[in-house]
Amino acid sequence: MSTAERTAVTATRTRGLRRILRPRARLWLGTLAAALILFVVAPAALSGYQFGLLAQFLCYAMVAVGIGLAWGQGGMLTLGQGLFFGIGGYAMAMHLQLDDAGPGGVPAFMSLYGSGTVPAWWEPFRDPWITIGTIILLPAALAALLGYAIFARRVRGAYFAILSQALVAAFAILLIGQQASTGGSTGLSNFRGFFGYSLADPLNQRLLFFLAAGTLIGMVLLVRLLMRSRYGELLVATRDQEMRVRFLGYNPALVKTVAFVVSSVFAAVGGALFVPIAGIISPSDVAVVPSIMFVAGVAIGGRATLLGPVLGSLALSWVGAQLQDNYPSVWSYFQGALFVLVLGFLPQGFATLGGVLRRRKGDSR
Amino acid sequence: MTLVLTTIVSGLCVGSLLLLIALGLGLTFGQMGVINNAHGEFIMIGAYTAYLVQRALGDPGSSLLLSLPVAFVTAGLLGVVLEVTLLRRMHRRPLDTLLVTFGVSLVLQQLARDLFGAPSVNVTAPAWLSGDPFVIAGADVPRTWVFLFALSIGCVLGLRIVLGVTPLGRRIRATVQNRDLAETSGISTAATDRMTFFIGSGLAGVAGVGVTLLGAISPTLGTSYIVNAFLVVVAGGIGQLWGSVVAAFGLGILESFIGFSIGQSTAQALVFLVVVVFLQFRPQGLIALRTRSIA
Repeated sequence: MSTAERTAVTATRTRGLRRILRPRARLWLGTLAAALILFVVAPAALSGYQFGLLAQFLCYAMVAVGIGLAWGQGGMLTLGQGLFFGIGGYAMAMHLQLDDAGPGGVPAFMSLYGSGTVPAWWEPFRDPWITIGTIILLPAALAALLGYAIFARRVRGAYFAILSQALVAAFAILLIGQQASTGGSTGLSNFRGFFGYSLADPLNQRLLFFLAAGTLIGMVLLVRLLMRSRYGELLVATRDQEMRVRFLGYNPALVKTVAFVVSSVFAAVGGALFVPIAGIISPSDVAVVPSIMFVAGVAIGGRATLLGPVLGSLALSWVGAQLQDNYPSVWSYFQGALFVLVLGFLPQGFATLGGVLRRRKGDSR
Repeated sequence: MTLVLTTIVSGLCVGSLLLLIALGLGLTFGQMGVINNAHGEFIMIGAYTAYLVQRALGDPGSSLLLSLPVAFVTAGLLGVVLEVTLLRRMHRRPLDTLLVTFGVSLVLQQLARDLFGAPSVNVTAPAWLSGDPFVIAGADVPRTWVFLFALSIGCVLGLRIVLGVTPLGRRIRATVQNRDLAETSGISTAATDRMTFFIGSGLAGVAGVGVTLLGAISPTLGTSYIVNAFLVVVAGGIGQLWGSVVAAFGLGILESFIGFSIGQSTAQALVFLVVVVFLQFRPQGLIALRTRSIA
């Protein structure tokens, strides 16, 4: 879609409620509505099982928000967010395992597969603060290093996508190979506590949901803040005309790296919260295919919009959960068809459906 | 010494397969910028074609030889269908083709699961391939490996001749080098794209037949090869035949050596990392196409 077309879409959408309310009022109303739905309606309307599922999907949606920023606004299609989701998830899982084992204890699976001693690189994760620090700082540092190295060499587009995919493939293979210290393909599971709170208690599960919901809303607001700033303008400019940005004296590699780092940290936090909620993390949660599925929700919802990635990701996960267990075959076809139809015919996702339809109608008149 | 030789030979075998897969992938990527995630499923289709041909004929020897052209045409035609119905309309959006073809691959995998069942099936290797291994300088070389090596070298030479000598090859090269100029000179780039896609997907089908000699066939067969094949294409340089050859055999041998010394799974991961680092130094791959564009 050309820039002119995109402006046309935005122009047609600026009507109705949007025209009456000022941006700031809309922001507050939107946040309030989201908070109401997540904190009041969802707990009241959903069964315990559905509630738990939604909590997991909120974690996936955090990854989606990050991809929306990196890909939708920054043009970096990252097929490797499973790497960061996994780092966050495994760091948290390791801490929970060690915490359950008690001071100096050895997690159960280690005596099963390995030598029965805790590897040296596990030891720091006994400390909750080091764990939380790792969940945020390690992905940030890794993304900064990788991102800057790659972007400064002007590797982009398809090359970047393929590289990120290779990285996540390598990560998954390593996790499976090092069974004695990562649990192999079964991953890490059976956590009993979360920073001193019992995970078996339904009330604590509810609190975890609220924690995830609050984090997600915070992330969306942060992305909005970024996109409204000068940096946001620069990021979009880099996506559309990287050369011109360079000629204007900016460093596009730096601009892109910042977005990539933010999206990686979002993914890692999503992974870290996913672990106590889902109760398991395994290579099949972080490998090549789940990493593409993270992108799928973003593409379907609308990559370049603020809420498209979140809603698309939530909707896709929800439909998936309904179909996957009962009609696995139908789910595969449906998923495939959705990819083909949305990307082939509605490349900016469902968020732009209204605009596209209105324009069609306008054309035929 | 024998050990080193064995490792090299097994690397060449892995490399032959990678090369067969990367050839087609690189061809379509170089010409159209299409990142075909469904390429792995064309391999799977080639493998099931070999299975069906063998079930129909019964004799492993003749069915293997017959399934090579049949798989080429079957996978090639499917590739053309994909190109005509879907990819043509996405010319200016190469990144989106990556996701669209992922959707296609999901559908094809499920189709295979519904048609042939989720459990894997086997193709019997003919007697002249399952006999005693050749002994080269003391190292055992299974006959299937030699066959795969010959097959991939044959395909490279065939492709080289098609690209270098035939009118079709001239049109393909012209389109790769400058699509607009080719179009202006009266070349139908749409028709050329279709033929390129036919050849590229067909080669995946041939690779699929080769895969049947190494192991069982399952609906998700293609997924295990596709990531490596992408790396070969990127490391070799987009649209560079010889670059792909060197990259495929290089990666195959590297993986074989690391795999031998510290284990197969770590080797895979390390090879991926090596390529990522390598691209830091040569972002355009081993052999770069010289252009005047600023990027």
